[in-house]
Amino acid sequence: MTGDVKTSSTGLQRGKIKRRPDFFMVLTWVASATAVLTLLWILESIITPAWPAIQKTGVSFLTSTVWDVNRDRYGALPFLIGTTLSSLIALCIALPLGVFIALFLSENFLPFGVRQFIRFIVELLAAIPSVVYGLWGIAVVIPLVQQFGGYLSDSLGFIPLFQGPASGNSMLTASLVLALMVLPTITAISRTALVAVPSTLREGSYAVGATRWETIFRILVPTAAPGIVAATILAFGRAMGETMAVAMLIGNSPRLSMSLLSPAGTLAGLLANQFGEAQGLQISALMYAALVLVLLTLLVNLAGEAVLRRAEKSTAGIR
Amino acid sequence: MEETRIAPNLTAKTPGSAPSSASKAAPASPSLETARTIVDVDGVDFHYHASKALKNINLKIPEKQVTAFIGPSGCGKSTLLRCINRMNDLIDQARVTAGAIRIDGVDINASDVDVIELRKRVGMVFQKSNPFPKSIYENIAYGLRIAGVRDKRIVNETVEASLTGAALWNEVKDRLHESALSLSGGQQQRLCIARAIAGKPEIVLMDEPCSALDPIATAKVEELIDSLKEHFTIVIVTHNMQQATRCSDLTAFFYLGSLIEIDRTDKIFGNPSQKQTEDYISGRFG
Repeated sequence: MTGDVKTSSTGLQRGKIKRRPDFFMVLTWVASATAVLTLLWILESIITPAWPAIQKTGVSFLTSTVWDVNRDRYGALPFLIGTTLSSLIALCIALPLGVFIALFLSENFLPFGVRQFIRFIVELLAAIPSVVYGLWGIAVVIPLVQQFGGYLSDSLGFIPLFQGPASGNSMLTASLVLALMVLPTITAISRTALVAVPSTLREGSYAVGATRWETIFRILVPTAAPGIVAATILAFGRAMGETMAVAMLIGNSPRLSMSLLSPAGTLAGLLANQFGEAQGLQISALMYAALVLVLLTLLVNLAGEAVLRRAEKSTAGIR
Repeated sequence: MEETRIAPNLTAKTPGSAPSSASKAAPASPSLETARTIVDVDGVDFHYHASKALKNINLKIPEKQVTAFIGPSGCGKSTLLRCINRMNDLIDQARVTAGAIRIDGVDINASDVDVIELRKRVGMVFQKSNPFPKSIYENIAYGLRIAGVRDKRIVNETVEASLTGAALWNEVKDRLHESALSLSGGQQQRLCIARAIAGKPEIVLMDEPCSALDPIATAKVEELIDSLKEHFTIVIVTHNMQQATRCSDLTAFFYLGSLIEIDRTDKIFGNPSQKQTEDYISGRFG
């Protein structure tokens, strides 16, 4: 250390101390800067090629349903809706299922060994590659949906949601497999949130004469709710970005349809399918779609962060 | 207005009916000699797994008096307290292995006893205050709602009566819908006491209720205990012998799982019969 430093009799140093930047601090700064710069670089490398399409189509990109490569007309609304809807449906399935599994893993209905085994299995589900989910979807889920969807459209086909014909590659198929893919996320984070509720709260509830299920639904789950919501939002973000399995199962149709049993398309699937052979303005349009997807997932993740922070504030003070 | 009470009936689920919250026309508090026994602990052994935590405990807790359990750490006083409302049921492999605990003559561990009803009749306040992360109002309304009380007027009245009974009403009456977690430690503990007495239990168990509180908050809670015994039987576990002297009518001294001596508080602390009791009280061990 340099500078006018006086060392007192007790060894304390007083006076101005000029510190040489030490190696660890430099490393930390470099690492942080790299993360920020990389994000900005990625955004730049999408926005720049997207610019021609942004100039040509503007906001109509998000409102037009016509995606016609031959005529160079690009409207991404069907894909935007497809991304959002498939993720929402997947969440509607995965959320209750995931929370219930998390409840069984956090309470002691089952013996400890069984609980650990189930936890392990659910985590294994997260380890399966996306393309394998796609293959399984083609082999197993598509025939099932075709058959079941047939019954559905025969009996309830008057409702636009279930209008036939029941195509195997459909919104429903993709949503089902997506639900399975986000289930581990919801289960794991919800379980952590439930286990984090102090046992003193459970005891307090039992002591006023509550039953087990009353305690679970009126105290435990509401207290863990912010964590569960954060898990949901994170899962939503992941579902929206999921590419391979969805592209293999959803049919990649540029047409907007009301029915869950018809083929649909997602932004991620659009990029995966068309980018390899795209030329000219199409490349620019695809980059525009990529930008929309990135901003969408960024927004969702920011929302998740905000909810998590509010959650931490509201439960702060429980000892 | 006289308060109507459901006849104590532990063996069947009684339909939820809220006791009126107007002040009870209480009979004059019985003195220690004339009080009847409300909890009869009869030859009780208790095991956690294979280890014996309570050995042949025999004691009778008198109605509407304050009974203190004292003794060094690990002597079994909290264990016995938690037996009275069967909170030990929540612990794996913890059970009464001999004898019986009877409330109003009914063995609470009998197979036909509804433990939920038992816990509505025997309230508990814990060592660390544990208000729910809800509003002050909802903390107290919780017990009423799960008992099936729907009438908002009754809930409002009961909330006010309980908070008044816990000497907290004036401090929170303008912010009933704020989070309970915004209260100070002492206020939270009084809220927990209010929550415990909201359902008009017969017995209130307190497991070292002041050990996490500062002296001023402690004094307020002790004052409260004194006023509560007019309506409730209180059993309090405490490490603080001055507190036992100040608050209780009857004191039971435990050591290593056995009941060494139980007598009037002034006699235990003034002229104990057992040497072990005298050693503990004078600080020679524990």
